[in-house]
Amino acid sequence: MADKNKLLIIAEYSQNRIHPVVFELLNKGRKLADKADLSLSVLIAAADNIENKELNELIYHGADEVQLIVNKNFSYPDEYLFKKAILNFLDSKQLEIILIGATHFGRSLAPGLAAAMKTGLTADCTELEIAEDGSLLQIRPAFSENILAHIKSNTRPQMATVRYQEFTRAVRDESRKGKISIEKITLKENKSLKKVEKISDQKINITEAEVVVAGGSGVKTREDFKMLQELADIFNGVVAVSRDIVDKGLMPRESQVGYSGQRVKPKLYFAFGISGAPQHLAGMKESETIIAVNTDPSAPIFKAADYAIEGDLYEIIPEMIKKYKKS
Amino acid sequence: MQILVLIKQVPEMEKVQFDAEKGRIDRKSAGVEVNPFDLNALEAAVKIREKLGGSVTALTMGPKRAESALKEAAARGADRVFLLTDKNFAGADTISTSAVLSAAARKLGDFDLIIAGEMSVDGDTAQVGPQTAQFLEINHAAYVSEITSVSENEITVNTSLWEANYSKTFNYPLLLTVTKDLNSPRLPSFKDKMKARKIEVEKLDYEAVKNQLQVKEVGFKGSPTWVENIVVPQKIERETKVYNKNETEKAIADLKEILAAKNLMEA
Ligand SMILES: Cc1cc2nc3c(=O)[nH]c(=O)nc-3n(C[C@H](O)[C@H](O)[C@H](O)COP(=O)(O)OP(=O)(O)OC[C@H]3O[C@@H](n4cnc5c(N)ncnc54)[C@H](O)[C@@H]3O)c2cc1C
Ligand SMILES: Cc1cc2nc3c(=O)[nH]c(=O)nc-3n(C[C@H](O)[C@H](O)[C@H](O)COP(=O)(O)OP(=O)(O)OC[C@H]3O[C@@H](n4cnc5c(N)ncnc54)[C@H](O)[C@@H]3O)c2cc1C
Repeated sequence: MADKNKLLIIAEYSQNRIHPVVFELLNKGRKLADKADLSLSVLIAAADNIENKELNELIYHGADEVQLIVNKNFSYPDEYLFKKAILNFLDSKQLEIILIGATHFGRSLAPGLAAAMKTGLTADCTELEIAEDGSLLQIRPAFSENILAHIKSNTRPQMATVRYQEFTRAVRDESRKGKISIEKITLKENKSLKKVEKISDQKINITEAEVVVAGGSGVKTREDFKMLQELADIFNGVVAVSRDIVDKGLMPRESQVGYSGQRVKPKLYFAFGISGAPQHLAGMKESETIIAVNTDPSAPIFKAADYAIEGDLYEIIPEMIKKYKKS
Repeated sequence: MQILVLIKQVPEMEKVQFDAEKGRIDRKSAGVEVNPFDLNALEAAVKIREKLGGSVTALTMGPKRAESALKEAAARGADRVFLLTDKNFAGADTISTSAVLSAAARKLGDFDLIIAGEMSVDGDTAQVGPQTAQFLEINHAAYVSEITSVSENEITVNTSLWEANYSKTFNYPLLLTVTKDLNSPRLPSFKDKMKARKIEVEKLDYEAVKNQLQVKEVGFKGSPTWVENIVVPQKIERETKVYNKNETEKAIADLKEILAAKNLMEA
């Protein structure tokens, strides 16, 4: 295995956990690696030693090798520092492919790495394949999600950021074996970043909920969103919004669905008083079932929905709560 | 403060037609506009100049018609505007775009701050900002939603990373990529537009950067990635069941069954 070329996943360690996108990359990465005869490695940079138990999970989910580099300055997201450390550590000679989760941090870190290595980078991929010539075919939405571009690179490593929740998690197999190495590294401090502090966790995470109850401009006040929350609670779901609501300052931007917000793919998506602009559809059109409620029967959201209910959300939501709530 | 704003001209996304059968983008079907996020970048730059003095330069790489984007930048407050245009620059991916933009930035002056949009609405990669910073060997902050303080010596911004909001304070030089949340761009007044007419769009071609970049490092030749194929996905047409105004009760009852079948109802 030592002389095999590598497919490397650069993992994000944040919120005291290996980011879940890494386990999706392991699924895709394992298939690509087998097809192209590569070994599959994961590189993690973290502030503290991560327990072996957690690192072993990466092996169980498909990695042949896990490398952890440790430095206390990895406790906050400083792209400049991570980039320097990773470039220092990597031996690019055997690198065939690098995959990075397309989280904000991944999309901010990967471009600098690629530019420093003078190699191509494909953004926010939703599909990856090994082409007949053995190279990596990278497929990604562009033009505000209207098209899919098929992209190739003529440099090595071939690098891509990959969208979260696009692939399913790798299957866990406790009998899998692999190598784990841990190295404490030293780093020069980044003098340009004078201060960094976490101001808040994004408490709202709408991307993982099975039911999303979304409201748009048809919802008039902050108070009215309580009604949507009550409906969401029935399904153990979350409340989300269109951008207009964020612009009006009624709800925080973490709950915005769409092109410049979050992408969601729940089992059930309610759209109350949302017109269905292309930028909104970009964030929710792949939901399993879409229910739209709108006073305007010509609203574009109706075309994207499975169930289109013409009517006033102020009458329909209370009625739904009454009928759906277990008394 | 010397501020550089990176601006890209993009098709009016609302109007572009996509031909699913031929797998084509019909750019002629739409006009062009300034990438929406770049207007937020420009607004931020103008606000900082209003507070601290200095000057705002706008730079774009693109075909000749991108002049109109720079005219708009001037109307919205840019003091000087530059167009990088040359057939050698054509076909660039983000690496060679960033290589040329950073070389031009070096040539044009000593910028304290460079501001770009979060992403473009056509190429959509969000890579040009961070890669330009890498070529200039400076720090960057991406996804900036707020500038909480700014002075001659340092700037503090909010950015969302690691599923949290971080406040970061940097000294200069620095590159920012900004989101729509940052501000609401002001519309240019009639007077601004008149003034902008007189501002000359200064053109830069390959000659301007040739001391820094070889021909093989720019445009298509300098691009490690290429678009092999474009697929326009068929619109996912759902079979929509419509309930009109008088069928609300039935709709709510039908849905109850569907929700139960999906196991989504409260246990
Ligand atoms: C670069 C860019 C990025 C963008 N990114 C996003 C994004 O990420 N997410 C996003 O959402 N938007 C985004 N937008 C904005 C988008 O174009 C639309 O402006 C926005 O989605 C409209 O929000 P809305 O549907 O809530 O409001 P509107 O378009 O105003 O629609 C309100 C709807 O509510 C209906 N209604 C009114 N009252 C009632 C009632 N009592 N009961 C039932 N229905 C009622 C109306 O008939 C109407 O259809 C972006 C735009 C640009 C240019
Ligand atoms: C369908 C399609 C897919 C593509 N996919 C990739 C890919 O995955 N990887 C890749 O390397 N290239 C890709 N490209 C090429 C890429 O779009 C171009 O290099 C483009 O010139 C810059 O990238 P962007 O539009 O993604 O900009 P982004 O990086 O999204 O733009 C961010 C900001 O950078 C600034 N900026 C961007 N371009 C310019 C410019 N020309 N002049 C001044 N400022 C600018 C603006 O401030 C802008 O808001 C693709 C092109 C197409 C048509």
